[in-house]
Amino acid sequence: MTTLTKDAGTPAPADAGAFLSVRDLHVSFKTEDGVVRAVDGLSFDLARGKTLGIVGESGSGKSVTNLTILGLHNPQFTTVEGEILLDGQELITARESELEKVRGNKAAMIFQDPLTALSPYYTVGRQIAEPFMKHRGASKRAAWDRAVEMLAKVGIPNPKERAKDYPHQFSGGMRQRAMIAMALVCDPDLLIADEPTTALDVTVQAQILDLLKDLQQEFGSGIIFITHDLGVIADMADDIMVMYAGSAVERGTTDEVLRAPQHPYTWGLLNSMPRLDSDLAMPLTPIPGAPPSLLTPPSGCRFHPRCTFQDRVGGNRCVTERPLLGPDRASACHLTADQKHTIFIEEIKPRLG
Amino acid sequence: MTQDMVLPAPREAAAGEPLLEVSGLTKYFPVKGGFPIRRTIGHVQAVDGIDLTVRVGESFGLVGESGCGKSTTGRLITRLLEPTDGTISYRGQDISHASRRELAPIRSEIQMIFQDPYSSLNPRQTVGKIISGPMEINRIEPEGGREKRVRELLEIVGLNPEHYNRFPHEFSGGQRQRIGVARALALEPKLIVADEPVSALDVSIQAQVVNLLQEVQRELDIAFLFIAHDLAVVRHFSQRVAVMYLGKIIEVGDREAIYTRPRHPYTHALLSAVPEVSLTDEPGAAGRERIRLAGDVPSPISPPSGCRFRTRCWKAQDKCAAEEPPLIQISGNREGHLTACHFPEDPTTEARDEDIILDPALAALEEE
Repeated sequence: MTTLTKDAGTPAPADAGAFLSVRDLHVSFKTEDGVVRAVDGLSFDLARGKTLGIVGESGSGKSVTNLTILGLHNPQFTTVEGEILLDGQELITARESELEKVRGNKAAMIFQDPLTALSPYYTVGRQIAEPFMKHRGASKRAAWDRAVEMLAKVGIPNPKERAKDYPHQFSGGMRQRAMIAMALVCDPDLLIADEPTTALDVTVQAQILDLLKDLQQEFGSGIIFITHDLGVIADMADDIMVMYAGSAVERGTTDEVLRAPQHPYTWGLLNSMPRLDSDLAMPLTPIPGAPPSLLTPPSGCRFHPRCTFQDRVGGNRCVTERPLLGPDRASACHLTADQKHTIFIEEIKPRLG
Repeated sequence: MTQDMVLPAPREAAAGEPLLEVSGLTKYFPVKGGFPIRRTIGHVQAVDGIDLTVRVGESFGLVGESGCGKSTTGRLITRLLEPTDGTISYRGQDISHASRRELAPIRSEIQMIFQDPYSSLNPRQTVGKIISGPMEINRIEPEGGREKRVRELLEIVGLNPEHYNRFPHEFSGGQRQRIGVARALALEPKLIVADEPVSALDVSIQAQVVNLLQEVQRELDIAFLFIAHDLAVVRHFSQRVAVMYLGKIIEVGDREAIYTRPRHPYTHALLSAVPEVSLTDEPGAAGRERIRLAGDVPSPISPPSGCRFRTRCWKAQDKCAAEEPPLIQISGNREGHLTACHFPEDPTTEARDEDIILDPALAALEEE
């Protein structure tokens, strides 16, 4: 490979706490129009009890990554390469029966739309009890009691009675609480929350986010939190990974990424988002253009057609050479560290108001 | 032509004068049930007696959570829905129950931009046809022909005029929303009702459309009724803002009043719930207050008596159940800042000594 250098050339030695490591993940789908490279060389680690926020726009590959971790992709049309290690267990090559033991037990997921993710055919209580029976071998009675206990924990009033209800009898916020109860029923090490509050109202979102944070304290799960909302991620995550067109462009702690961002795409996101305390005299600065098609992704840096800082990098490198993303605090951009720092301080920060 | 067929040409209103005045606007949707004879068993009180005024050339924001009636209000004002009660007057003329023919001269002045750029454009029509549609219906022949005007409009909204003959599916979401804006501008409206115009778009595209709408509003001097649930976007776009809850306006005022000096507990709760990126790390900067309500918005089929927010309010007392608070300028409010509350909060959004946590699960977990 000449230009398509994988961005995880040097996988970071997994530190003691990392129980999920994704290494050089590639996911592509066969479609009628060609091969879509939804995830293209992605590596990250997650430690127990920590929250990794993945932020990106639609089509950036953030959801696909996490469906792949749990093996929820359709194997007929999907090619997966790389390595996903959950607590030492390789998940990509794992058989379906092994994955079944992981899902809902060691790793669980909260989906965006609880109405479609819950079955309309079974009571809420039964759906929460099911993974507990399956993975813990609990009796029906014990599992039901556990379901009621979980519903109480996530703040469903009158849980004994409400457990007998069907999902349509719950409001949107309550359904999402039930989903959280279901995900946490087996005390998972890994919780993947894919836009869990996008469909909710802002006051309910605030309740659910706080609830997730408090429950994490109690259960000690590591959370992968996927969202497009930088405000939500600032509130939830310890570390942030910014994704664009199938790969990570920047990573670091929440403070680092939001207060001293290094990648032009992250700058663009911050500049294009109004805040409650932003300067009203300052117009928003949108990112020009639109996200690329993953059927024919741009050469070199995926972001270069929309990047306004290309000319600061000499020799057309943005078009020809794909920038690397190092481990730990890093950004995949050809600008030098000094340039990134100066541009942010002098040109980006003043516009944030 | 008889008098009642066509209204006399409305006089030009000057900036700052009211363009649209709504009073006591109400919309109840019947709920049918029963078998074998279906009859009305109740009403969804989507909008229940709201008053608002949009002035010439101003941008008026309407915020609230889903089900609060903000979209219904927009549809009533554009007369896509028939109001149950109340009056809508546009430049002094009552249009609340005006017939199709009576409305004809006014329709072209009130346009709408919809939320979903995918379902609001006819997939079988070219962009040219979509944008010239309103001119055709209103039999308007612009100078130089409709096609020339469409090309101009495409340029105004930042699309390539050469794309006249393309179909909507050839455009991205943000571009489609621009087509929707061009269509709304085709008749040179005085008022545009924009119902969640950016919420279906990606973050990086949202800003493009917000900036476009802002340009349009300033340069063409069009008044906007901007309906959205995103408080930061509304703040960015609107000079005056009304907050709705369960079919009522509970607080209205200029941007400054609503965002930095809110009085209604619900406005406080709403603002404190917005997740924010904090970019300042200066010590001493006071944090924002933290209020977590319990549960969801009650059903608008049988809303609470008195103040509708009382079931989720931490200050509610007996009076709130018995007596509906009027939307008035309560003491301590500046001119034009109206609040409907018996026991208003202090006008600040700064952190309190103690957070207000009404959610029982949260309270239990945080107590430990």
